[in-house]
Amino acid sequence: MKIAPRTRSEKNILSLDSLFHSLLWLCAVLVLLVLGGLIILMAAGGKKAFATFGWGFFTHTSWNPVTDHYAVMAPLLGTVVSTVIAVAIAVPLAFGTAFWLTSIAPPRFASVAGMAVQLLAAVPSIIFGMWGFFTIVPFLANVVQPFLNHHVGHLWVIGPLLKGLPIGTGLVPAGLVLAVMIAPFITAVMVDVFKAVPSMLEESAYGLGATRWEVMSKVIVPWSRTGMIGAIVLGMGRALGETMAVTFVIGNVTSIGWSLFSPRSTVASLIALQFPESPEGSVRLSSLMALGFVLMVLSCLSLACARLLKGKRQ
Amino acid sequence: MTDVMMSRWQGDRRTVYRRLKSRCATVLSIVAGIILILTLLSILWMLLSKGLSGLSLSVFTKSMGPPGTHSGLGNAILGSILQTGLALLIAAPFGLLCGIYLSEYGGKDNRFASVVRFVADILMSVPSILVGLFIYQLLVAPFRHFSGFSGSVALAVLAVPVIIRTTEDMLRLVPVAMREAGAALGAAKWRVIMSLCLRSARQGVVTGILLALARMGGETAPLLFTSLGNQGWSWDLSKPMASLPIVIYQYAGASYEDWVQLAWTGALIVTAGVLMINIVVRISSRPQ
Amino acid sequence: MAQGPIGVFVETDGRNRSEIALGVHDLNFYYGDHHALHDISLDFPARQVTAMIGPSGCGKSTLLRVFNRMYDLYPGQRATGEVMFDGKNILDKSIDLDILRSRVGMVFQKPTPFPMSIYDNILFGVKLHERLSRSEMDERVQDVLTRVALWNEVKDRLKAPATGLSGGQQQRLCIARSIATRPEVLLLDEPTSALDPISTARIEELLDELKEEFTIAIVTHNMQQAARCADRVAFFYMGRLIEVDQADRIFTNPRQKQTQDYITGRFG
Repeated sequence: MKIAPRTRSEKNILSLDSLFHSLLWLCAVLVLLVLGGLIILMAAGGKKAFATFGWGFFTHTSWNPVTDHYAVMAPLLGTVVSTVIAVAIAVPLAFGTAFWLTSIAPPRFASVAGMAVQLLAAVPSIIFGMWGFFTIVPFLANVVQPFLNHHVGHLWVIGPLLKGLPIGTGLVPAGLVLAVMIAPFITAVMVDVFKAVPSMLEESAYGLGATRWEVMSKVIVPWSRTGMIGAIVLGMGRALGETMAVTFVIGNVTSIGWSLFSPRSTVASLIALQFPESPEGSVRLSSLMALGFVLMVLSCLSLACARLLKGKRQ
Repeated sequence: MTDVMMSRWQGDRRTVYRRLKSRCATVLSIVAGIILILTLLSILWMLLSKGLSGLSLSVFTKSMGPPGTHSGLGNAILGSILQTGLALLIAAPFGLLCGIYLSEYGGKDNRFASVVRFVADILMSVPSILVGLFIYQLLVAPFRHFSGFSGSVALAVLAVPVIIRTTEDMLRLVPVAMREAGAALGAAKWRVIMSLCLRSARQGVVTGILLALARMGGETAPLLFTSLGNQGWSWDLSKPMASLPIVIYQYAGASYEDWVQLAWTGALIVTAGVLMINIVVRISSRPQ
Repeated sequence: MAQGPIGVFVETDGRNRSEIALGVHDLNFYYGDHHALHDISLDFPARQVTAMIGPSGCGKSTLLRVFNRMYDLYPGQRATGEVMFDGKNILDKSIDLDILRSRVGMVFQKPTPFPMSIYDNILFGVKLHERLSRSEMDERVQDVLTRVALWNEVKDRLKAPATGLSGGQQQRLCIARSIATRPEVLLLDEPTSALDPISTARIEELLDELKEEFTIAIVTHNMQQAARCADRVAFFYMGRLIEVDQADRIFTNPRQKQTQDYITGRFG
């Protein structure tokens, strides 16, 4: 009488526990399936394109809906260059802001500004796209590009880079918009990383007579290098895959050329813009899927890079 | 001797140079900070000034319509709420359970768990447009029509990794002593987790879910290929459904002034919603 | 000899007459609205160890951080009064902080090795203020490491990261790093509080040798330590200097009741 209920409840608990465990395990498996499905479906969708164009899909330069010839080079180049421009602009801005907020600005102001920066990192990307479309593009078209075309366009090497029809769309505006989009995120992470440096470490550097910049560059930055690189790579990953912010300002022309101020395209923007015009089952749709697959690989690579750098440091 | 000692107060050229360098770095960083903050503020200001002028009750009550008909965004707002709501219903339990698995069963020697953790990390940084393509392949192409439901699933895929990460992190903060105390009272593991650990980590877990909600609310790209958009009112999640970000995307580039105005107003509403959630999260998680 | 505290002599123990390295007069210190130090006047004789003792929160560390103006890093903290060092009041706005800090070294509660090699750690401060040739740098590194009795332990791995050393070694490295810039004053803020007894003993031995060259101000919560290494001991309580005297006298025959209560362990 006394023993019976106990054994029963024990059994009960055990089975419930293992049921619970299995449920959790199933959910975890589902996460793997989602990523697996993502990669497999993307590859399957792109199969037709890979089969039709073979290696040419990677080596050719044209993306031509009229002749139904597609290759990844033009949009891929657009993605890479716009990301490089974005990172090149965003990192100094973010680093400067983080340096300012952590070691220069009065703490009360810094905490408010830091909070604002964190909030702004959450603004939807489409807003940055609209901002680019309504301010950056007209500004470049009406002010910057006429100036560049007139004064710099004939110069050797940089001339071709900066020349272009004054339309305002292209890789530079895309890079600018992306930079403004990822800078708050990178700043927010950098501020956190800099704040994690033990204050005693900073004080001992000051105690040796180091200037503010020397403390920053010789102690804080080396100490927080891992976190900084992580922030930059994550920001870069965002820029690589960003669709909405870029689509507004890139111009959507699938050509290759030296000019950074001519309409171009990126992988993500091309997918977004050409998808509605690509009928189910067409080579074009398949090529877009294949592009998606390439983008997937690219973003996985950047994440793996971040991981690797992190692992090495620790 | 005094001369030597006194001279130690004076810096040589090198000191002057070092100080100059530090000054320059300081000035440059302040300039960078001001540029960044002013740019971001100018974006917000532009959003406010252009969006507010079009804000009226009819924006919320009327549905989209042809240019020049004083149309609104009501159906898009409804669509956004329905889709993100459903997405949250899918993502929250799923992400929670996964997060629990990783924190409670995924120790250091559990290879499977570390793979899951890594995959969740990858999912967190997958470009959102690819999630759209994936769900298109999975739920749209086979059934040959776009649907609000597929849009919700796409959004859920974006939300899940965020919820997994915060749930795991928050559960790990729960002291071992609490688990042991629960176990010592004879509670089964699932009961300890669900009623003790989850309860004490409640605030952080809710924060994660809210942040995921904020992320979904502003997403556009995954909806392009899944819920597509819809001109009229619709409660039917099996049909194409309008959503605010998509409308903004379509209207912002239009050549009709009232559509552009609606795009700005919509952008203001979306941003305000997303920022509001973030502010609530930050204020509520402050006392910790 | 010109004006200034060099050449001003004080009676210390009747036998030696000594210069004053740091002369504190009517020092008050505030953390925002909180008045942390009240009217402190205290002299630090050159080439002696002065220990500051007292219960935690009594202001002894605060006083130490005035001497290299470390508090300047934090807005809202300010000091009034006078701290004379080499003929100047270091609280003065015109004081060059980088130079002041190169002349007043500081060692903290916990070892603070920078994320770089042992060699670069030692030269961090040196490189800021002096231009040395390669061989001079090597010489300086060997010299200071020998002086903190670390040379034999690390001479084969000077290029290894300093974070790989043990806690006691790291703290000796930090002392070496501080004296490498050839300061006149060395500030030690509970330098052994994070160390084991053996490492602590080695650092205390070290102080005895270092005081031949440097003026040392040490904050400690450990009264035995103060008795072992200090020439003079200052007792602080609630932001006030209660008593300062020769070490042997303050521990055997304190004049103030509060001091006696503290050293006999009745509070703190």
